[in-house]
Amino acid sequence: MSTVTESAATADSPVPHGDSPRRKRRPRLRRHDRAGVLVYAILVLVTAVSAFPFYWSIVAATRSDTEINSVPPPFLPGGGSMGNFEAAADKANIGKALINSTIVSGTVALGTVLACTLAGFAFAKLRFRGRGALLSFTVATMMIPPQLGVIPLYMMMAKLGWANQLQAVIMPTLVTAFGVFFMRQYLAEALPDELIEAGRVDGASYTRIFFSIVLPAARPAMAVLGLLTFMTAWNDFFWPIIALSQDNPTVQVAINSLGGGYVPDQSVILAGTVLGTLPVLLVFGLLGRQIVGGIMQGAVKG
Amino acid sequence: MAVMSPAKLLTRRQLWRRRGSKAAPYAFIAPFFVFFAAFGLFPLIYTGYVSLHRVRLQNPDDMTWVGFDNYTTLLKDEFFWNSLRNTFTIGVISTVPQLCLALGLAHLLNYRLRGRTFFRVAILLPYATSVAAATLVFAGLFGRDYGMLNWFLGHFGIDPIDWFNDKWPSQIAISTIVTWRWTGYNALIYLAAMQAIPHERYEAAMLDGANRWHQFRHVTLPGLRPTILFTIVVSTIGALQIFGEPLLLQGGTTGMNGGASRQYQTTGLYMYQSGWQYFSLGKAAAIAWLLFLLIVLVVGTNAVIARQRAKRAAVAAGASETSVTKG
Repeated sequence: MSTVTESAATADSPVPHGDSPRRKRRPRLRRHDRAGVLVYAILVLVTAVSAFPFYWSIVAATRSDTEINSVPPPFLPGGGSMGNFEAAADKANIGKALINSTIVSGTVALGTVLACTLAGFAFAKLRFRGRGALLSFTVATMMIPPQLGVIPLYMMMAKLGWANQLQAVIMPTLVTAFGVFFMRQYLAEALPDELIEAGRVDGASYTRIFFSIVLPAARPAMAVLGLLTFMTAWNDFFWPIIALSQDNPTVQVAINSLGGGYVPDQSVILAGTVLGTLPVLLVFGLLGRQIVGGIMQGAVKG
Repeated sequence: MAVMSPAKLLTRRQLWRRRGSKAAPYAFIAPFFVFFAAFGLFPLIYTGYVSLHRVRLQNPDDMTWVGFDNYTTLLKDEFFWNSLRNTFTIGVISTVPQLCLALGLAHLLNYRLRGRTFFRVAILLPYATSVAAATLVFAGLFGRDYGMLNWFLGHFGIDPIDWFNDKWPSQIAISTIVTWRWTGYNALIYLAAMQAIPHERYEAAMLDGANRWHQFRHVTLPGLRPTILFTIVVSTIGALQIFGEPLLLQGGTTGMNGGASRQYQTTGLYMYQSGWQYFSLGKAAAIAWLLFLLIVLVVGTNAVIARQRAKRAAVAAGASETSVTKG
């Protein structure tokens, strides 16, 4: 159980991290809360449905097209014809796409975490004219669909000479209103005012305070925001397929070309999606509980 | 002089620091707002400006003012209305089951469970995939002749369904992908909100003899109301923008059309087609703005309904509170 998730479980604890008073809380739970066989059965079924498409794409990627189109379909991975992966990588430029997506998602995650922690700290702890209005404005813009700005963005990128360049995908997503809101919510609770006041009394500048007090305190939330942003950037589809071409694709652009081109071979298509999805699944597998905690935490306080 | 200058320096530094401390908050929020203004706000407003022009994709600098022509043409455009209808139906058949399932799932996850972290992570797994990957995998499963789904349904004596070319099956297929990807995410949001409901309310309900279902209806659901509203708004906004799933279900030109007879072309997809297949950026911008107005309308309606319900709920809660104290 991650500490972040635990804090959501005990939402009334003032500090969203640190040691959980789980043992003390137990007796307060309702007695009939214990799950029965039926609950487990349904959850296992849901888990299977969630995971099946991944499993199937691995099965299909390691078999020939004839095999996966047979009746009944195969349910186990085959002898592993590397040919599918090679064909997919060949067809869709997946090698370059993986490098590009790593650069894009990494930069976007770093930028978002940095800019949003700065802004989140200011909104949470500093008093300044226009704070309330600016914050409400930021939150309100979370409703705006990204599609709305795509046309001018496309024109801007053409003017800047960034068409088909990675910065065309990086720059527009480098900050998010959600990130500011997320960091603000976290810092408002996790960072005691006294700590900042003590820093001020000791004569530290705000920059100093930010680096030596705020950043360490914000680290758990920064990690979660970074993960969420990385995943969102990795999976972003709409803007990259407009801004980039097949010569310089992100993973999603590459996958798109697998579906759109004349590749009748299902097994090759699925091999491509496996290659393109694997890295983010790896991240998710390793850090899934933190991501879950982050989503639950954002939800309670949102 | 040698004695004076350090003191003078100090005051100057103090002065600078005082001014700096006033400016510091703005310096902290500046990076966000600069990027946001340049790549978020400006494009948003400029889209409105573009929508009043005739602009071709090949030469975006050549803009001819046409006033509201793009809008009036759209309102007479059968394809536009078709896309709106499709967006609406796909939105409903993906959002409603998704949120109901998420609610039920959250309820199950709220039991005292072994391996609850495992289940939480497992149901969120689809959230980690992209539209593109999920759609391509599902497209294979939905195949008419060799797809696994039709093979499976065949065991129950159901004839093969044409998941791509028949209107309702294709819309259901798209909604299935959306539901698969987002149910777990919404379930976690509900779960978080459920855990924030004070236990005293359940205890009070149990003392009143409420069974589990009554507790769910009269304690859990009211406690979740703001969260449910939040997810409805977010899912609705998401549904109005559905784009990748229809584009990729069959791919190629068929995908751009939203099916051979546009049976699942959403408005987001029609906007993309207008701009990037028919090169009509002005028209695409007008579609974008109409979509935006629609979102504002939907969110606004939701807010009004929520406010009225909250008022009614407050009255009801007041009434039940008095009944509890009496009892």
